[in-house]
Amino acid sequence: MSTGTTKLDVVVSDVVPVNDLVTRFHFRRRDGELLPTFSGGAHVVVEMRDGDRTRLNPYSLMGSPLDTREYTISVRRDDAGRGGSLFMHRQVKPGLEMVISYPVNLFSLDLRAKKHLMLAGGIGITPFMAQTSQLAGAGGNFELHYTCRTASLGTYADVLQQRYGNRVRLYHDDREERIDLDRLLSSQPLGTHLYVCGPAGMINWVRDRAASLGWPPETVHFEHFAAPQPGAPFDVTLAVSGKTIRVGEQQSLLEAIEAAGVDPPYLCRGGVCGQCETNVISSDGKFIHNDHWLSEEDHRSGCKIMPCVSRFEGKSLVLER
Amino acid sequence: MAVKTIISRPIYGTLSPQLGKHHLFIADAEGALAITDMTGKAPPGFFDGAEIVFIPGPEGKYIAALEALKPMQLHIAPSFASLLPRLKQTLTNAHMGLRLYLAGTEGLIGQAMQVALEAGIDHTSIATEHRGSLARRMQCVHCKGITENVTTQPATCSHCGLLLLVRDHYSRRLAAFQGVCINAEDRSEIPPIEEAFP
Repeated sequence: MSTGTTKLDVVVSDVVPVNDLVTRFHFRRRDGELLPTFSGGAHVVVEMRDGDRTRLNPYSLMGSPLDTREYTISVRRDDAGRGGSLFMHRQVKPGLEMVISYPVNLFSLDLRAKKHLMLAGGIGITPFMAQTSQLAGAGGNFELHYTCRTASLGTYADVLQQRYGNRVRLYHDDREERIDLDRLLSSQPLGTHLYVCGPAGMINWVRDRAASLGWPPETVHFEHFAAPQPGAPFDVTLAVSGKTIRVGEQQSLLEAIEAAGVDPPYLCRGGVCGQCETNVISSDGKFIHNDHWLSEEDHRSGCKIMPCVSRFEGKSLVLER
Repeated sequence: MAVKTIISRPIYGTLSPQLGKHHLFIADAEGALAITDMTGKAPPGFFDGAEIVFIPGPEGKYIAALEALKPMQLHIAPSFASLLPRLKQTLTNAHMGLRLYLAGTEGLIGQAMQVALEAGIDHTSIATEHRGSLARRMQCVHCKGITENVTTQPATCSHCGLLLLVRDHYSRRLAAFQGVCINAEDRSEIPPIEEAFP
């Protein structure tokens, strides 16, 4: 059960290949009405019905929040993942009817900021597409630093440079271009907020340097949807509903709980929002925590797990579900 | 010591060294002791890059104790109003990495925080410590005038003269507690006036 959200019946209105890895999908409402309003940084959970299997993956909305005739998402193909992105790339064509969640924003702009400093890595550019549109429409002060592997994989780099000129700075890994992060962070005017979206390593690096250089945590915003990782199958007992289930190799714990007919709350399905946090009643084995929600202390305690992205290896696991 | 009664009533912490590139302290009277007391926790050389702005108040004490910390700058000001232009200038030119520490009376902490909020610093990012008098800065909700250094309950508005109940209801935007007429039904009714905020 997605907490507080209703589903939207949409139709795929366009599918546009952007480069070798990324494809853009456009959705419109089937009833022709406008889609709900959203703010830059919001995501939707897309339901992918693939035979008897349903995957639910979160994707940032990348269109302008000023235009709600359609929603757009960009999906990077992950050949080693659990198949969600491959389904989108291979099976989703214009005219296909799909179901998506209402938009939810866990990465919103703090509009009290005097300036917005944005750091994107790779496909982490997508929420900034919407945020820059929102800010540019309101005369907001922003600066975007975007790291990509090569120019040809710099998704939307051309569009962003065309729109915003020197407010966008590109860094290409293959040309050994690197952000001078300490200098960048130390030269920002008081009242700047920092936003970072990209690979986990980049987010950790930026958060760590920002903290060391005196950026209060309230000014540092980040989003990283951890895709559920495949892993060895394991058995789980759901104490409240009195069921024992098996989590398959390509299945997340949350998906296995749902497949058993138990409906825990969720929002992001990416280890970020905290909605599906579940108490552990007992365990004998090792947790594989992949979320960004629980504290390190929680992870060590073995008393909590985020079933959307985390797994377990061992003899037994009993959850309060 | 401030006690949380309603959600808007500010509570204060204990100053401790924050990670940062520049450290700006603003203190009045006994607030100086909050700064000297944190030196034990500060890494060596912490005050080399620190700026302290201090309002000694009528007793004029503690200046020597602050000088002994050898801060990069020590600015002595006769009043909050007199340091305001300098503070605004400092914050306008400042970069991320500046950390703000406020210590002393609630009036000083509140007014300095008001300026900091306008400069884009979140109130939760500011280190505060209450020291000294409990005197309150009060806004009369009727005439909107601000009365400084209110120590009694109830208290008379220095602008419109109404007798006001000094509430714990606090406005960060105004840096003041709210004062509401205590005898609106019958102005001749004067409740006992107590020294509530010494």
